Amino acid sequence: MAKPVIEPGAELDGFTIGERVHQGGMATLWTVTHPGITVPLLMKVPRISEGEDPAAIVSFEMEQMILPRLAGPHVPGCFGTGTFDRQAYVVMERIPDKTLLSRLGELPIPYEEARVIAGKIATALADLHRQNVIHHDIKPSSIMFRPSGECVLIDFGLSHHTQLPDLLQEEFRLPYGTAPYMAPERLLGVRDDPRSDLFSLGVLLYFFTTGERPFGESETLRGMRRRLWRDPYPPRKLKADYPPWLQEIVLRCLEIEPVWRHPTASQLAFDLAYPDQVKLTARSERLQRDPLSTVWRRRFNRSDTLPKPKSDVAAQLASGPIVVVALDIEEGSGTLNEYLRRAAAQLLTTLPSARLACLHVLKLGLITIDRTLDEQGNNKHINRLVALRHWASPLELDEGRLTVHVLEAVDPAAAILEFTRVNQVDHIVIGARQNSMLRTLLGSVSSKVAAEAACTVTVVRPPRSLQAEASG
Amino acid sequence: MMDGEENVRLAVFADIHANRQAFSACLDVARARGAERIVCLGDIVGYGADPEWAVDTVMALVEDGAIAVIGNHDNAINTPSETMNAAAQAAIEWTRGRLGAPQRRFLAELPLTRQEDDRLYVHSEASHPARWHYVSGTSDAARSIEATAAHITFCGHIHRPALYSMSSAAKMTSFVPTSDLPVQLLGGRRWLAVLGSVGQPRDGNPAAAFAMFDTTSREITYCRVPYDVEVAADRIRANGLPHWLADRLLVGK
Repeated sequence: MAKPVIEPGAELDGFTIGERVHQGGMATLWTVTHPGITVPLLMKVPRISEGEDPAAIVSFEMEQMILPRLAGPHVPGCFGTGTFDRQAYVVMERIPDKTLLSRLGELPIPYEEARVIAGKIATALADLHRQNVIHHDIKPSSIMFRPSGECVLIDFGLSHHTQLPDLLQEEFRLPYGTAPYMAPERLLGVRDDPRSDLFSLGVLLYFFTTGERPFGESETLRGMRRRLWRDPYPPRKLKADYPPWLQEIVLRCLEIEPVWRHPTASQLAFDLAYPDQVKLTARSERLQRDPLSTVWRRRFNRSDTLPKPKSDVAAQLASGPIVVVALDIEEGSGTLNEYLRRAAAQLLTTLPSARLACLHVLKLGLITIDRTLDEQGNNKHINRLVALRHWASPLELDEGRLTVHVLEAVDPAAAILEFTRVNQVDHIVIGARQNSMLRTLLGSVSSKVAAEAACTVTVVRPPRSLQAEASG
Repeated sequence: MMDGEENVRLAVFADIHANRQAFSACLDVARARGAERIVCLGDIVGYGADPEWAVDTVMALVEDGAIAVIGNHDNAINTPSETMNAAAQAAIEWTRGRLGAPQRRFLAELPLTRQEDDRLYVHSEASHPARWHYVSGTSDAARSIEATAAHITFCGHIHRPALYSMSSAAKMTSFVPTSDLPVQLLGGRRWLAVLGSVGQPRDGNPAAAFAMFDTTSREITYCRVPYDVEVAADRIRANGLPHWLADRLLVGK
């Protein structure tokens, strides 16, 4: 069979080739149209022919295997693939945006803007990791945004799918990727740890907020290997006004040992969403790099610190869920709240990487004008936060695992569901009261949450006799 | 795009080992998933307690167009000099007494390999199929792939599923397949699909193993099928075969 020609006006498997929009080192991008498809399309065609550069071929094969299996707003939709035996190509949705690379001239950007961008990327990574894929090439040129604001990750040529053959596994003696962004464990051949992507996002966040790359631009293996023992300068050394919460997040992403980073991308997104609740450790204040003694120990006792490859990525993600406990800390809810605490304690003891978000919904009246202050002039919002922390204190959680939130809403169930969706919560624990006045009037919050949540919901209900006692 | 080429859904079985309960469960699942052609990669007998049924079943399938190749246990029925471990030897001697002449002839006449389009079917590593070498890693897989012209080789023998590929630059990849997740065997590289065993899995999972392959989409799907292991194990014990052969079915080791 003759090799099809790719040029404007040509047709390939029903796709009509339009104009060439990008010519890169590895691939050429063409706009294409198809009678049955309404979304704007791009055809990515590798620039190599079979038998030439193995890296380009293999990474194109990986993208061809992975992209059609991905779904959701954080990846470009895939509409067709062709293989090397005839004409290799991938047809994907065209995202109407430039990549983050277009922002490099503006660095450093404001902290708040960087926080929002990094939060969106972390959310996209969480979605990707849940689909069993580790991106392995997170950098500005692999990141775009939809008009609706969601981050879209592109370029899966170096990615690892935990349920598919890893074609890059033995292809190259040297780790393949973008040197400044590559996680240290990648230099040791580890390809199945999703926290490698968190490291790369940390590099990006450091770069975007300081204007400096934390590990420079060295492309040599020797230069790259330094990150196995040498930590970067803390951002505060470069910028005196660097917010401690942001340094805490960035340096945690850049931890040499994956286990010291955030357990999951969802948890990183959560920290970026609630900077005022980030647990500040010694990291947040540092002005100097680690002392030479520490660096030497890392460098010459590497056998102690080699990252343990985690083979079961799904299990690793499942061990670090975000758990929400939705509490009513007003009216006499003592018995129910005690049961809720027991349920939360049971979950958290089995999942040491889980984090707990305690939620109270401050119900707003439909008609009455709500005031921030109560009759005694106390701030209602602050009081609820204090009460939530008090409820959680017997759980004796490390502060980094606990956050408290007061939401104000007319519809409490809708507010809980929205919080769950935005923060990619994995599990909701919520109480059900059987004879509450509110429930009679408004319908059950817990049943609406249980019916509509996109995650696991545990409904906690004390025995009826105890409930009668509590409310009677 | 593939006009003119046949579109067939294959069900591929290896190492049935006279396990009636496992093979019938797998055949049911394969038919429910639309299998249009059956391929049997050898070792129909040996270890298990229903060799007559197993051979009769494969004979009937071959009558209907199935493809079958010979395995070392099948070969040992008519070749007493074939060397085996003690339990396997005991099972073969018992099996030999159970099979009639037509069944023995059927096994004796099975070919070592079969080629179909760009696919090769063989029981063990393909460079010297009659030596019954295991494919236990990338170097064995590379030797096997290099010895053939096939785009995809299907084999069994080691009783542990694996999927190997060789790139155009002769680099190897290995992969332990995930059940029920189709993997497209891309055209730009060559593949060796090692099947798990229907009748005596040894990868720690007692469920019977087989695979489906779609010749149009070129997707292979490794499947696991739970079956009544207790009955299969009881029949081994009841027929006086070594008890270890029954015990290992329960744990898939």
